[in-house]
Amino acid sequence: MDQDNRGPLLEVRNLKKYFAVGKNSYLHAVDNVSLTIDRGCTLGVVGESGCGKSTMGRTILRLLEPTSGAILFEGKDITKYNQRQLTHLRQDMQIIFQDPYSSLNPRMSVYDIIAQPLIVTGLIKDKNELFHRVDSLMNTVGLAKRLRNAYPHELDGGRRQRIGVARALSLNPKFIVCDEPVSALDVSIQAQILNLLMDLQDELGLTYMFITHDLSVVKHISNDIAVMYLGQCVEKAPSSTLFKSPLHPYTKALLSAIPIPSLAARKKRPEIIRGEVTDPVNPKPGCRFASRCPYCIDKCTENDIPLKEVEPGHFVACTLVDS
Amino acid sequence: MEANRNNEDYLLKIDNLRVTYETDLETVCAVNGLSIQIKRGETLGLVGETGAGKTTTALSILRLLPERTGKIKSGSIIFDGKNLLNLSESEMREEIRGKSISMIFQDPMTSLNPMMNVGEQIEEVLRYHNNDGRTPKEIKAHVDKTLELVGIPARRRTEFPHQFSGGMKQRIVIAMALACQPQLLLADEPTTALDVTIQAQVLAMMHELQTKLKTAMILITHDLGVVAQVCDNVAVVYAGEIVESGTVEDIFGSDRHHPYTEGLFGSIPNLEKETDRLSPINGLMPDPTDLPAGCYFAPRCPHCMEICKERHPELYVCGSHSIACHLFNNN
Repeated sequence: MDQDNRGPLLEVRNLKKYFAVGKNSYLHAVDNVSLTIDRGCTLGVVGESGCGKSTMGRTILRLLEPTSGAILFEGKDITKYNQRQLTHLRQDMQIIFQDPYSSLNPRMSVYDIIAQPLIVTGLIKDKNELFHRVDSLMNTVGLAKRLRNAYPHELDGGRRQRIGVARALSLNPKFIVCDEPVSALDVSIQAQILNLLMDLQDELGLTYMFITHDLSVVKHISNDIAVMYLGQCVEKAPSSTLFKSPLHPYTKALLSAIPIPSLAARKKRPEIIRGEVTDPVNPKPGCRFASRCPYCIDKCTENDIPLKEVEPGHFVACTLVDS
Repeated sequence: MEANRNNEDYLLKIDNLRVTYETDLETVCAVNGLSIQIKRGETLGLVGETGAGKTTTALSILRLLPERTGKIKSGSIIFDGKNLLNLSESEMREEIRGKSISMIFQDPMTSLNPMMNVGEQIEEVLRYHNNDGRTPKEIKAHVDKTLELVGIPARRRTEFPHQFSGGMKQRIVIAMALACQPQLLLADEPTTALDVTIQAQVLAMMHELQTKLKTAMILITHDLGVVAQVCDNVAVVYAGEIVESGTVEDIFGSDRHHPYTEGLFGSIPNLEKETDRLSPINGLMPDPTDLPAGCYFAPRCPHCMEICKERHPELYVCGSHSIACHLFNNN
């Protein structure tokens, strides 16, 4: 859409979000993450549960206050914005939540839910216009008009998620954080929603940050992928590069653990990593994956390991990888 | 007699099972004439969407359907030569549940008792089905052995469920299910709530234990990837009946499929091939209170013909592979 308007839409620099848990102990949910998303592109964020993906998504929208770091949206640092500026900003940044069962108000009808952002921001004051706008939004996401007065409990998961999508689109945002929008849905419905999101991106030139734990979904939808482990970004690369030549041991393990629906993959036993995600409260310096890593050496646990660019666009944080 | 001999080849044979949930307001036809067979030591994958009747089938085998609403209308469930539907409640309790057939429930977080330590929870099964006359000491030793089997140090037996992570809780649930060395294990989405790396660990462990103990398993899942890696046979369930079944080679290797199976494959993003768009199945599952007259899949089927709307398809059989669709016929 905005062909003349390339370049980064969102830039995150050294973002940190710590939660205080008791005296002098902090849960490092997001620890020193930097990333950029270009206009009209999709950044996939993958990782296991508890690695801080959702916290990062919410911090970027300032639904949670960052501990430190900068978030540049269209070149302006939004971490210092006041409430009035934020209200304005929210028109450009929206979110689709993970669980379509709990992210919709059960006492509001479909029409009310989709119209809510338009009323709150005062964008559309005329009742007739509002009605038409909601109608066209429902049309865009493939919801039948007769469902206008239905309540969320009357609808199935796929339709509810479509309401979530329509609500996020209602203000014509430039950027949408999709926080596991399909993980609560069945495969056939999941495919419908993924297609919808991709069509909308083509039509409206949207920029997505797509948070998920499902690697096959992320490969399908993303241009770039960031792999997170315990609050840190361990590898970042264009989607095809990451799947072809993963470099970080965690990425490799994650890729080999995906069950592939074909007979050829049946014979191969996956490279199983032992152990589980360790505690993110006051983590020790060094690589956070070290305790599960089969290639761990002394150097790994001494200092924090920065992201290194090994080839254009491909960043890895691992002592074993030399540029 | 003849029929009996045939049944003995199979550990479990479900024939034409019909289950409904009845309330004053409506009747939900959850399982509609479902038939499956499983041999000793085999793994059968039961694949389908939410609401297809997979869990209802598993609960019917154990006769654990909700007492007032759930009703088995017709059919037979032959396990080891006995029809489970004719057994009394006490026979079910003493001979079948937890001893010959056990079940792993979907959500490890809610299927453990938070007030009991995990050792006691495993011990309970063993104490109840204590036919060998084990002493309490021997039972304790067996609990330790079972815990070690699933990769949890025996010293953690006195800890409570909240002290374990999700993957470990699922291992404990598996340990409980395997404590009596059952002949058949019903695993209802055992890894759906887990992360991929943990899922790989749990699946590898289940596979190992299965070969060690020679347990047959029905694996209920919606993940075709898991099925391809773990199962010997596959049955695809749609609206309470089997629309396609066969060996894994039939399902993942052959080019003849039920349109629903094709739709399922089209819905998963393929990691090995580049595709721009997914080809999902349009529409939704039919309302189980009001099923269509002909083929249940007809309203969503891209190849729907006139006959599909009128007559329920018969099974097309080709070796071990069978498909219930009008597109294929035995001639």
